[in-house]
Amino acid sequence: MSASHQPHEHDQDACRRYLGSLSEYVDGTLSAELCQELEAHMATCENCRIVVNTFTKTISLYRQIPAPEMPSSVKERLYQVLHLEAYIPTRPDAPDQPGQ
Amino acid sequence: MPMPPSSDDELVSRLQAGDQAAYAQLVEENAGKIYRLALRMMGNETDAEDVLQETFLSAFRSIDRFEARSSLSTWLYRIASNAALMRLRRKEPEQVSVDEPLERDDGEMIPRQFFDFCCLPEDDLLREEARVEMMRAVEELPATLRTVFVLRDIEGLSTEETAEALDLSISAVKSRLMRARLKLRERLSAYFSQGPFISETG
Repeated sequence: MSASHQPHEHDQDACRRYLGSLSEYVDGTLSAELCQELEAHMATCENCRIVVNTFTKTISLYRQIPAPEMPSSVKERLYQVLHLEAYIPTRPDAPDQPGQ
Repeated sequence: MPMPPSSDDELVSRLQAGDQAAYAQLVEENAGKIYRLALRMMGNETDAEDVLQETFLSAFRSIDRFEARSSLSTWLYRIASNAALMRLRRKEPEQVSVDEPLERDDGEMIPRQFFDFCCLPEDDLLREEARVEMMRAVEELPATLRTVFVLRDIEGLSTEETAEALDLSISAVKSRLMRARLKLRERLSAYFSQGPFISETG
C-alpha cells in the first residue's frame, strides 16, 4: 500500500497539468524538458507514478491482443456481393459455416 | 528477391480502368483490416459484415473520384469509419453526436483508480476473461472516441493517418485519443483491482 507515501509539496493542479502531457509522453513526442519535469514529478508523487505506469500498460496490453480473423464465410460473401467470385482465393482451411 | 507490392499509383490506375483483378487485389489486401475496424466499432459480427460490404461497394462506386491525397488503405478506413458511425447514429442517436464537444473540464479526465496492475503476471493480464473485458471496454467508449482509439492504438495508424481517415485535425485526434486511453485505464484498473489473481495463501 502507500504506507511509504512521502509528503511532498505539490498541488492537484500540478498533477492535472502533467496528466495533459501523458499521451505525448507515452508516444515519445513530449519535449525532453517536459519529460524530465514529468519524471521528476513522478519521483515524488506516487499517484502520478501509478497513473503513468498503468496508462502505458493499458496501451501495451491492447497492442498485444491478437487481431480477430475474418471468417472465411464472411470473405466469400463479400466477394459474391462484389461480383468477384472468380477471384476468391482458395484456402485449404475450414469449410463455410452455415449462418448462426 | 520477392517482388515489392505494387504501388498505390499503379493499382489506382488499374482500378480506374475497371480492371477486375485490381478490384480483387484491393479487397484481398484490405478486407481483413476493414473487418477488424468494423467489428471493433459495431461490436457484433452481423453489423461488422454489413459495414465491410458497404465499404467496398461504396469504394468501387467512387474509385473514379479517388485523388490520392491519402493512401488507398487510409481512404478505405475513412469510408468504413463513416459507414460505421452512420449506422451507430441510426441505432443510438443520442450516443453519437455529430459535433463531439471539445474537452470538457468536468472531471472526466481526472484519474480515480490508483491500483497498480503493472506488476501482475502477463498471463493474468492477457487471460481470456481479461481480453473479453478489454474489448467490451472499447465497445463501450463513445463512438467518436472509439474510432480514434481503434485506428491509432489497435490498428497502429499514425496520428496523421488517423486524422486523415476520420477527417479530424491532429489536435482533435490527440485529444480524443487521450480521453479514450484515460477511460480505458480507469476501467482496466477497476477490473484488475478486483481480480482473483494472487493465489498465495500466506
